[in-house]
Amino acid sequence: MSRFASRGGIILGIILLLLTENFRPAAAEAGKDPAGPEAQAETQAEGTVEKLTAFLATLPFEFHGFWDARGGLRTQVDPHESKTATLEETRLQLHFFKSLDWAKFRIKSDFLYEGVKGKADVDLREANALFTPFEFMELKLGRQILTWGTGDYVFINDLFPKDYKSFFIGRDDEYLKAPSDALKASFFTPIFNLDFVYTPRFNADRFIDGERLSYFNPQLGRLAGQDAVISPLQRDEWFGDDEIALRLSRDIKGYGLALYGYHGFWKSPMGFDPQAGEASFPRLSAYGLSVRGAVWKGIGNFEMGYYDSRDDRSGDNPFIPNSQLRYLAGYEQEVAKDFTVGVQYYLEQMLQYDAYQRTLPPGSYAADQFRHVLTLRLTKLLLYQDLKLSFFIFYSPSDQDVYIKPNVHYNITDHWSAEVGANIFVGENDHTFFGQFKNDTNVYSGVRWSF
Amino acid sequence: MKVHFWLVFVLSLGLLAVPTPGGAQAPEAHKTGAEIMEREQQAFYSPGKDMKAEVRMELSTAAGEKRIRVMTMLRWNDPRSKDQKYFIYFREPADVRGMTFMVWKYPLKESDRWIYVPAVDLVRRVAARDARSSFVGSDFTYEDISGRNIGADGHTLVQEEKLGDRNCYVVESVPKEPTDYVKRLSWIDKTTFLPLKEEYYDVQNQLARVFTADKIENIATVGEQKSIPTVTRRTMKNMKTGHRTEVTFTSVSYNVGLQDTIFSERYLRNPPERWIR
Repeated sequence: MSRFASRGGIILGIILLLLTENFRPAAAEAGKDPAGPEAQAETQAEGTVEKLTAFLATLPFEFHGFWDARGGLRTQVDPHESKTATLEETRLQLHFFKSLDWAKFRIKSDFLYEGVKGKADVDLREANALFTPFEFMELKLGRQILTWGTGDYVFINDLFPKDYKSFFIGRDDEYLKAPSDALKASFFTPIFNLDFVYTPRFNADRFIDGERLSYFNPQLGRLAGQDAVISPLQRDEWFGDDEIALRLSRDIKGYGLALYGYHGFWKSPMGFDPQAGEASFPRLSAYGLSVRGAVWKGIGNFEMGYYDSRDDRSGDNPFIPNSQLRYLAGYEQEVAKDFTVGVQYYLEQMLQYDAYQRTLPPGSYAADQFRHVLTLRLTKLLLYQDLKLSFFIFYSPSDQDVYIKPNVHYNITDHWSAEVGANIFVGENDHTFFGQFKNDTNVYSGVRWSF
Repeated sequence: MKVHFWLVFVLSLGLLAVPTPGGAQAPEAHKTGAEIMEREQQAFYSPGKDMKAEVRMELSTAAGEKRIRVMTMLRWNDPRSKDQKYFIYFREPADVRGMTFMVWKYPLKESDRWIYVPAVDLVRRVAARDARSSFVGSDFTYEDISGRNIGADGHTLVQEEKLGDRNCYVVESVPKEPTDYVKRLSWIDKTTFLPLKEEYYDVQNQLARVFTADKIENIATVGEQKSIPTVTRRTMKNMKTGHRTEVTFTSVSYNVGLQDTIFSERYLRNPPERWIR
């Protein structure tokens, strides 16, 4: 972890250097700039915010960011976690962007102190360059956030890394997506667009590993936490443990159609290696499609995917997930002024279920062949959209578990915002997808200053 | 790019150097309400082949608290139909900076809208409805920004009168289907066909919102010997709450050569530098 700290020091150093190096000549030029009078007027304006804005405008690159502090508490005792706090952190995000004729450069990095872990950390979110070598092609190289697909908090063909820990403890939604170190090549033709993402070394999810949040450990057959922290067998061989993701998409009269392909690994350690006694990332390929567009008075979407669990195609290895079919149908509509309702139905079907049942170790909890999940999202904007009330619920009638995410977010000014929210897990059983987190139910609040 | 500005309020009509599309001929004697509104939509929402502008919105409460929204707006008119496409790049406030918003607007059906959130690289479809949804929390609805379908209202020319020193048609528009107002009165400049004032009446027939065109400038078009009278400052005031939104357009240019292809997911994710800088 000291590796992170030193890397953080280097990044901060570079940033400071850039700031001091570039500020003086740029500020000197500002006076001659045709936009000078405006800039001068801003400099004369009173108040730190105006001064800061004026300073930022003189920089030869875009520089923005925020400072964010938040905390969260478990609302019940968790026998597997020693701390009541689930979130206790302050972070500074710095974001640099420079556009040249031949490329665009972006660096976005978070510097944070995590009270729960008692240490400082650096989370480099983006460090990439975007080139357009040909009119029909774009190339984005480096650390980047990647998203595609049509689901709302439900991902089928988006097999880019997620950060479920951040999602479950109440960090901003931005952190649900973890960065990828990848090359993205996009080709644009009049008929279709093709996106090709190559990740030379596997980027796993930031999964629930037992630190901070407890989970169900199938090997122990019970809930576990700090007593059984998952440290999976690493998939870290350059170009050996690589991932390929493809999307072929086109738009027909406002309807977005897409085909997807993925070749890599289960993004969370869904497998178990009995010899090593450790969790593992089994091989996975996925193929799918999606469509999204105007339906009735709102927006409808449909997405499906076939998960080919390449290490257990016959389905008789109890330590590796079986292949699956996943389906999602959703609809969203604004039902009243600034009030939007979204519903989704998600179905996960386990293939080779007979083989799964036959080979399941005695005493294990059997998963259902079909996992049904319904989601509902309610969003109400008030006070000229400065106050946002949102409510999201996942409910699985087959697993008999529920995950509720209420959130209230208020923009106090154009710079300051505050929010409170909760992550509520309820389940009939310990081993189901959301039920396993029942002791992790938490409330959180945060405040942010953006510039 | 050479852009001339003339203040319509400053210059008298006779001094206008070049005829404007709306003001070329003298107003005809008997226009119907619908015809006037047709001309108004053309003059207000779709002049030129395309448009680029910096837009600054100042939202103020009755108590004087202010919020600022700054964005770059691109508009393209489909030469083959009455469809329009809009692209908006948000600059302020900080929490929406870098977001892009795209609208494909059709004359007879609900618009298609997309938003791109760069922090999570997410392209979303927006389910908001034209008529009722506020645009970025302002007093303007989406419809106020990009125009309401002419056929959605019944239009009647109620009178002709002067507003300030301008000769105006006063048109009453009554929505055919229930919306958040029951009647709208528009003062349309007889020469430019720009709306100088609009009054929206709510279900109790009380004055609910008032639109005013506060500043009109003639904007030269690129490569053509004509200028387009443009409302460069406008205000929408909520009469019930005292909340108001003042919108200022700067760096307005027409016929800059925008292409249809810009209004696509590609540029939503990677904003076209040439047009938004």
